[in-house]
Amino acid sequence: MVPDAQFSSYYGRPVIKEPVWQAPDVAGYLFFGGLAGASSVLAASAHVSGHRDVARVAKLTALGAISLSAAALVHDLGRPARFTNMLRVFKPSSPMSVGSWLLAGYGPVAGAAAVSEVTGILPAAGAAATLGAGLLGPAIATYTAALICDTAVPAWHAGYREMPYVFAGSAASAAGGMGLLATALDAAEPARRLAVLGAGAELVAKRRLIKRLATPGPASLSEPYETGRAGVMLRVAEGLTAGGLAGALLGRRSRALSALSGASLLAASALTRFGIFEAGMASARDPKYTIVPQRQRLPQDGRP
Amino acid sequence: MNPDVSGADPAARAGHVDHPPRMGFFTDTSICIGCKACEVACKEWNAVPEDGISLSGMSYDNTVSLGASTWRHVAFIEQPARPPAEGIRWLMSSDVCKHCTESACLDVCPTGALFRTEFGTVVVQDDVCNGCGYCVPACPFGVIARREEDGQAHKCTLCYDRLGAGLEPACAKACPTQSIQFGPLDELRERARLRVDDLHAAGEDQARLYLDDPADGIGGGGAFFLLLDEPEVYGLPPDPVVTTRDLPSMWRHVAIAAAGLAGAAIALGLGRRR
Amino acid sequence: MAECHPVGFQWVMEAKARGATVIHVDPRFTRTSALADLHVPLRAGSDIVFLGGIVNYVLASEKYFRDYVLNYTNAATLLTEDFADTEDLDGVFSGLDREHRTYDFETWRYQGAEVSAAAGDRDRPGEPGEPGEPDASHGPEHRQVRQAARGEAHGAGGAAAHRDPDRDETLQDPRCVFQVLKRHFARYTPDMVEQACGVPPEVFARVCQLVTDNSGPERTTAVVYSVGWTQHTVGAQYIRTAAILQLLLGNIGRPGGGILALRGHASIQGSTDIPTLFDLLPGYLPTPHVHGNEDLATYVDAESTDKGFWADMGSYMVSLLKAWWGEAATADNDFCYDYLPRLTGSHSTYETVAAQIAGDCPGYFLFGENPAVGSANGRMQRFGLANLDWLVVRDLVMIESATFWQNGPEIETGEMRTEDIGTEVFFLPAAAHTEKNGSFTNTQRMLQWHHEAVEPAGDVRSDLWFAYHLGRRIREKLAASADEMDRPVQDLTWDYPVEGPLAEPSAEAVLAEVNGWDANGKPLSSYTQLKDDGSTACGCWIYCGVRADGVNQAARRKPGSEQSWVAPEWGWAWPANRRILYNRASADPDGKPWSERKALVWWDADEGKWTGHDVADFIADRAPSYRPDADATGVAAISGVDPFILQADGKGWLFAPAGLVDGPLPAHYEPQESPFTNPVYGQQRNPVREIIRHPRNPLQPSGRELGSEVFPYVATTYRLTEHHTAGGMSRMLPYLSELQPEFFCEVSPELAAERGLENGGWATIVTARAAVEARVLVTERIRPIEVQGRRLHQIGLPYHWGANGLSTGDSANDLAHLALDPNVHIQEVKALACDIRPGRRPRGPALRELVRGYARRAGITDDTGTEV
Repeated sequence: MVPDAQFSSYYGRPVIKEPVWQAPDVAGYLFFGGLAGASSVLAASAHVSGHRDVARVAKLTALGAISLSAAALVHDLGRPARFTNMLRVFKPSSPMSVGSWLLAGYGPVAGAAAVSEVTGILPAAGAAATLGAGLLGPAIATYTAALICDTAVPAWHAGYREMPYVFAGSAASAAGGMGLLATALDAAEPARRLAVLGAGAELVAKRRLIKRLATPGPASLSEPYETGRAGVMLRVAEGLTAGGLAGALLGRRSRALSALSGASLLAASALTRFGIFEAGMASARDPKYTIVPQRQRLPQDGRP
Repeated sequence: MNPDVSGADPAARAGHVDHPPRMGFFTDTSICIGCKACEVACKEWNAVPEDGISLSGMSYDNTVSLGASTWRHVAFIEQPARPPAEGIRWLMSSDVCKHCTESACLDVCPTGALFRTEFGTVVVQDDVCNGCGYCVPACPFGVIARREEDGQAHKCTLCYDRLGAGLEPACAKACPTQSIQFGPLDELRERARLRVDDLHAAGEDQARLYLDDPADGIGGGGAFFLLLDEPEVYGLPPDPVVTTRDLPSMWRHVAIAAAGLAGAAIALGLGRRR
Repeated sequence: MAECHPVGFQWVMEAKARGATVIHVDPRFTRTSALADLHVPLRAGSDIVFLGGIVNYVLASEKYFRDYVLNYTNAATLLTEDFADTEDLDGVFSGLDREHRTYDFETWRYQGAEVSAAAGDRDRPGEPGEPGEPDASHGPEHRQVRQAARGEAHGAGGAAAHRDPDRDETLQDPRCVFQVLKRHFARYTPDMVEQACGVPPEVFARVCQLVTDNSGPERTTAVVYSVGWTQHTVGAQYIRTAAILQLLLGNIGRPGGGILALRGHASIQGSTDIPTLFDLLPGYLPTPHVHGNEDLATYVDAESTDKGFWADMGSYMVSLLKAWWGEAATADNDFCYDYLPRLTGSHSTYETVAAQIAGDCPGYFLFGENPAVGSANGRMQRFGLANLDWLVVRDLVMIESATFWQNGPEIETGEMRTEDIGTEVFFLPAAAHTEKNGSFTNTQRMLQWHHEAVEPAGDVRSDLWFAYHLGRRIREKLAASADEMDRPVQDLTWDYPVEGPLAEPSAEAVLAEVNGWDANGKPLSSYTQLKDDGSTACGCWIYCGVRADGVNQAARRKPGSEQSWVAPEWGWAWPANRRILYNRASADPDGKPWSERKALVWWDADEGKWTGHDVADFIADRAPSYRPDADATGVAAISGVDPFILQADGKGWLFAPAGLVDGPLPAHYEPQESPFTNPVYGQQRNPVREIIRHPRNPLQPSGRELGSEVFPYVATTYRLTEHHTAGGMSRMLPYLSELQPEFFCEVSPELAAERGLENGGWATIVTARAAVEARVLVTERIRPIEVQGRRLHQIGLPYHWGANGLSTGDSANDLAHLALDPNVHIQEVKALACDIRPGRRPRGPALRELVRGYARRAGITDDTGTEV
């Protein structure tokens, strides 16, 4: 059935409220959190397989990224002084609650791993911390997909099936990219592989998300991802990912190319998060994205 | 204590034992005269701040939407009258928090500031909320918001303090035509069904109830409405579904993606020791 | 009604829920229209044609309630031969003195009525009882009496109507009121309604059908109106047309019927009952005039009637004088009648403003009134304020009338400079109703007591406190004086007890004085107990009984669920707690209700008294069969079939031989300023309308006059729910200001296109008086209408705004002129001709230049618009 091009709204006003989150804080957190989580995974794997240089870079990256994340998250609160209230309750129905507890566990552990690495103190404890951070890392890198999708924001909620894979791939790509950027050529192999895998996954998952969201009619939910500021950011991100992927593959013998690829992948991952963030905001602002898909799934007489 | 014929008992699910009947609003917009006494009474009782003094150009609606500092919002829609009537029609409707049976804002609140009261209503505890803002985009109706002045989320409390004293909410008390009716939810739903039937019999076939059905996407609203046109005409979503319904599936995908990331790392780590 | 009385409107909604049909007649589609079954848009200022059209329909199709009309109205009464109707004189009645702009009522009287000079001239000094000089009825005194317009006094009658007029029971005689009525309204056809009002015939037909189907023995129709009817130069005649209609349909005095005048806000009814009006004493007794009311006996003789309860007017008056001057008022000194100030003409607010500008009025008290915003011709108001010696403003907030010298529009234009304004302004904060005891008397004549909930803070004081202590201090200053001039103040009874730390006078004590007491100090319970021998005192005869048995009846709060549907124990209604006036008319001539369904009061033959759901507005034991002797007077002269007990002939007046200065019958006249000529008669405007002639009150050309096209649109002013009159009680409050934050005008999409206006943009509205700017709301709710083959655009202007408070803006009343209804001196702000242009108005002197430009283009002179 061809959907009606006409729809009603209340003076063109949004139906839902767009998030009050600021892009630098929250989209930034999506990036840094993913970077931290995937870096811990890389660190654990590299630590165990003996790639100590990469492991070092990854552990430090994880600590740095998670620290920035914590600062951004606290800063974004309306009442920052009350950030500890996040630990009043544990609610599986709230990805933010789950995430707060994850961060509460992950942060110290990632910190211990990095500190032990840098100072050399308590290497056994450091190893355990590294493994611990590595275990929590995947959750840290992917739960944020549930966070943004578990809202009424049309572009996010509709994409909940693909978003975790986009985030996982993007996080891996960023972590691997950081490894490529900051590690010597011959030591960076695990990072290179993670980067290639992650970048590939990110490209595929993003494509699938946008394709599945596309519907005929005036309010296709792929539109926010392909138009406006978000569209620009995501297209640039895609290019940077592809370029970084190619560069990673081809740059085994070139430190410069590897570093450039790494930087490219990092930028791409950040742009992807900011792009997805902006796409969500755009879909919240225009009432058609809320009204039309809902109206389309109702039978003619309007009763659900 | 009281049988809940609506089929859902959010207060009991929240852990209240021996709780009073579920209380709510039935807003019959067909008799709203657009006087906005509800808006003023709410602000007076709850000491809600003034929300912006500027002309919107949207008919007589200068309040524009619900928000952290607007908990009752009267919408005005000028439209052509439905045939066979001629001329124009002016729909007026007082919007409010729906106090959903399945409440997204409540589900996503990470601090437990939002909670379910013994009356089945949803209330924010002002001394707990840290302004994370998660509830804001979670609400399918765009009700709750963060107030700039104090950085916290605020919304209609269904006058929880007045309920506790056996009084009706301020807006219901002030409404001169009883467009806003307050009482036990199952009674209100009964009354509303009869009212819709009366309107249909009188030829007003566009009349319908909105959010009265426990089988709908939010489990039915603790505040529901009688509308004279499609919900979106009033700025309401036509088929709202609480986001939490899809959360189990979301967690599954998260788990798979996380496992994939972990698995990739493990595979990378096997072999090729330096 | 939903806009201005939302709480009262719940009862309309209740009626609707019980099956009532609601018809809303208004140029604009308002929140009332949204809930009405039928909205009839019409041209502002054309309602007499609309209502007259329905009257014509009722008469022509014989749908009047014949038994009611025959027995209870003056339909059968014969008029004098000298009467000439608008049909004979192309729009005016006989007796018009064009030079002096007054009517002589002599030719409007009933046949056989005493031939005498008009009321008020009979007792000129030196000529007691004799017909006056040939020019007596036209002299300056006569005109002044006219201007003092006794119209508002109760129980009109006097010499022009008498108790036993000649009648034609067959209603066929061409000189009987019924036939005169038919002839008069014959030209108010559906076609005329379409031409003049812009109401299509099918809509008009539907209204006629609905109204007549719903009237008669089994059903009644109610008419509800407010200032959309009264604020015209023919406003009183609008009400008269409705009264004629309701009398013809038998709706007066019956449940669900009647005419409900919605007063503007709380206790305005009280402010006319115990009046703040120059021409009335409490209980609608007329203020004595310097000519014609020289002493008490002459006054009573001139103003009372032979028959009916108004015949006892002397008792009401004497009791009032005793209330005011107590011991000092004795039979020897006419009960201090001479202490009362006298009228010399119209002392209405607008005359006063002109006097202020002329320097003849040095002082002004404003109690809860904001004329700088709320009164017509705001500029004149402010020029008046600027020319006072002193001004006392008592209000809840700092209103514009108190700050005109600082931020009035004339400061911005440069016409006034603060340092040049000599007015000394005193602002005294006033207590709100929650901070004092007292009563409200609201639109349905019901008194409700309100109790002080909080003490007023700081310097805030109630009006009662102020008036009492001001009087006390003045009396202290005058205590030692031997000057006769000071006796009226010295002799006043001023002994109210005071209470509490603020020495607040007891409102209960004032109520007791209003209620009155007998010679032994015992509270009275009915105005029938009032005497003219000085043994009773009563501050307001219609309120007598409000404190019967010493109990504050107005404070009663028995819930409706615990009493009958009439709810007589909620508050107290005057007179005598009757909830529907003239309710004898709800029963047939035999005393039986016209129908069971509409039973209200009826005659109980066994008990020998009237009984029923309401207190009968009749003599309790007067049998329906009673017919008075030929020489009976006063109350004894009321027959068993005279429901209208305050009229001289006991009947409802289809034709009003006295009481209105501009005609015994309503006739459509165009508003003072109108783009149209009168389609009904050659006479364009109300020939005896009152005009305040003043350089600051220039009037525009109308109809086909040259220059009329400069002001092609019609604006109408009104109120919004969210604000309160001149804004003092709403624009200072954030919760109300945010609901309607700015002054806006309402225009149709067609007008917006024609004049380049945009929704949310700005527009400037211009008349000969002023130009104001407003935001624009483009809406279908105020559609253009077809009048006399032309498209008319109307513009809506809410008038709440001024310079002070959180929500500020220009004042719509600055546009208005001062041409007034001659009966009640009410301004015509419901139909103004104007222009509208896009964009904001100029600032400074350029604003005046804009207005002057319009005046030049319209060719306005001092005489424009002043023709009879």
